[in-house]
Amino acid sequence: MEKHITPAHPALEVHDLTVAFDRKPVLWNIDLTIPQGKLVGIIGPNGAGKSTLIKSVMGLLPLSSGYCKLYDQELSAVRSRISYVPQRESVDWDFPVSVLDVVMMGRYGKLGLVKRPRKADMDVAMDCLKKVGMESFANRQIAQLSGGQQQRTFLARALAQQADIYFMDEPFAGVDAATEKTIIQLLQSMTAANKTVIVVHHDLQSVTSYFDWVILLNTRLIAHGPTETVFTQHNLQETYGGKLTLLSDVGDLIRREDFPNREDKAV
Amino acid sequence: MSNFTEFFSFADPNVRYVTLGSILITASSALVGSFTFLNKKSLLGDAIAHAVLPGICLGFMLSGTKNPFYLILGAFITGWLSLQVVQVVTTRSRIKEDTAIGMVLSVFFGIGILLLTVIQKSGNANQAGLDHFLFGKAAALVGNDLIVFSVVAIILIVMTILFLKEFELVVFDRNYALSLGLPVKRIELLMTSMIVLAVVIGIQAVGVVLMAAVLITPAAVARFWTTSIRAMLIVAASVGAFSGLAGAYISYTAPSMPTGPWIVIVVSTLALLSFFLAPRKGILNRHFKQKRFQRTIQDENVLKALYQLGEENKNFYLQRYIDEIIRKRKLHPQRLMASLHRLFAQGYVERSGKLWGLTEEGKTRAQRIVKIHRLWELYLTTHVNIAPDHVHEDAETIEHFLTPELEADLERILNYPTVYPHKTQSPYG
Repeated sequence: MEKHITPAHPALEVHDLTVAFDRKPVLWNIDLTIPQGKLVGIIGPNGAGKSTLIKSVMGLLPLSSGYCKLYDQELSAVRSRISYVPQRESVDWDFPVSVLDVVMMGRYGKLGLVKRPRKADMDVAMDCLKKVGMESFANRQIAQLSGGQQQRTFLARALAQQADIYFMDEPFAGVDAATEKTIIQLLQSMTAANKTVIVVHHDLQSVTSYFDWVILLNTRLIAHGPTETVFTQHNLQETYGGKLTLLSDVGDLIRREDFPNREDKAV
Repeated sequence: MSNFTEFFSFADPNVRYVTLGSILITASSALVGSFTFLNKKSLLGDAIAHAVLPGICLGFMLSGTKNPFYLILGAFITGWLSLQVVQVVTTRSRIKEDTAIGMVLSVFFGIGILLLTVIQKSGNANQAGLDHFLFGKAAALVGNDLIVFSVVAIILIVMTILFLKEFELVVFDRNYALSLGLPVKRIELLMTSMIVLAVVIGIQAVGVVLMAAVLITPAAVARFWTTSIRAMLIVAASVGAFSGLAGAYISYTAPSMPTGPWIVIVVSTLALLSFFLAPRKGILNRHFKQKRFQRTIQDENVLKALYQLGEENKNFYLQRYIDEIIRKRKLHPQRLMASLHRLFAQGYVERSGKLWGLTEEGKTRAQRIVKIHRLWELYLTTHVNIAPDHVHEDAETIEHFLTPELEADLERILNYPTVYPHKTQSPYG
């Protein structure tokens, strides 16, 4: 049952989250809270667990411990308010569908099984394509798109969900400067309308101009909060510096020796 | 030939039913297999096809009859079990999926053959015809079997149409489907169950050993000719139906022949033809496109040579002998003549006897090529930091395929230049 949501509810709360691959923890005891209407950047080196964090929040990965809440509710209760932009390379762009077909997928969650999309869904999809400047590509096969156009197609699909919180995995990867500008303006207009946008990002240069909130991550949480207070030289050094070798050595040990990384609660 | 007319008149109701059954079965397999193909799980289809054999044998041994219901049930159980084993082995051990599939396929098939041999040695009078499951026999599709199998085929077709949207999404972007809250696990279970069912009914016509061809090859053929998933499904189903028809015909005219191998030869021939003939993706088309492109480059180079000669003595329309053109641009005389004749036919050059010269249109086209060449050289030297003596080769190719839009972009970026790296002026003065 979906509760009424007030602006006071945090958009996202992550509590003591640990996620492991093949037993090795890639996220270790993460705690964070993000208010509504923020444009949030998740920053950290390769393998820091940035994508893992958003996938875990959306329930795509099993959690070793902890929980995530959105608007103070369980994920299943607010599923329709959440939208996801996966990494561009995660799909086969040679798949035989058109741009409009892909954007229509954003409507499938609301449509329900077996039901066909209606005119209204089509209108929403076209409207979202217009927002990302792709309306003239609607009937183009996705195999013919450039990297930037692929990214904008994914963005339009996420918009078509008409959600309140958006998780985007590297939406700026492999796009040209003009596309990047279009996308960031779109994201800023979304947060102005009290949507929350959480973006995995790896270009440190643009962090201060793009995001009003940052999460600095390197397996553990280094810091999170408003960009001006958190995005400091000291925090960056800690995120990207080599101080965490002990942590990763312990992780490797857990994997090698097949230790369970949590006590078995069933016993 | 009389066989041919006899068969295709469908006067014999038996022929009619067998043909209809075969078509339904192969068409539905092709539909279901299309998703397996798009999901890049083609090998898995092969594994299932082999793994249903022990199930069929067990179904027969336990029930003592060839009642299709028991055989399908048995086949379904072992086919489905094989999938689970593949999954458990890949997730729980360090063995990769291809190895797991290979292992499961051979183990299940081995057990199947073992059981089949036991049945054949047992002297059970009912067992005659079980070996058809190995290589298929479309003509054996009669009576009850035919009805049961056709109903299953129709169910598969209807399910594909109903769940098209879900299958498409789960195959294209599984994580996104999960994020939408779709019951992905259940959709996948439905898909694999449908594959198993398609195999179970398909093996009657094609046999266990070659079933994968009926599942996968029609999809591969269809992918060559289509760009949308709906069109692909329709073409795949048609290719499947055609192969089913061929199988029924062969089974009818040559009763001692196993149907499966013939069906496979028919679909594989279609696949081979598509490989060569398909638009865009076919080998031949790509070859001709390359040839056409080479010709355009050569023709444009001839225009360019005439233009550059014109630049030298300030008269673009002066007509020249081919020796002069060859001195400007090294070309085999025969090729040069071929180019000149093509350009003449298109109205880009004029001739009087052995003399050739540019027309107005020819000059305009050559001018554009020269301009792009110089723009690109300039762009490489000023914006990409490439040494001026390295940019010419690159520009020699770019000049032939830059689109007008990119040309306009390039001019804008370079701020509409008039002087170029190799000290040449803009062709527009």
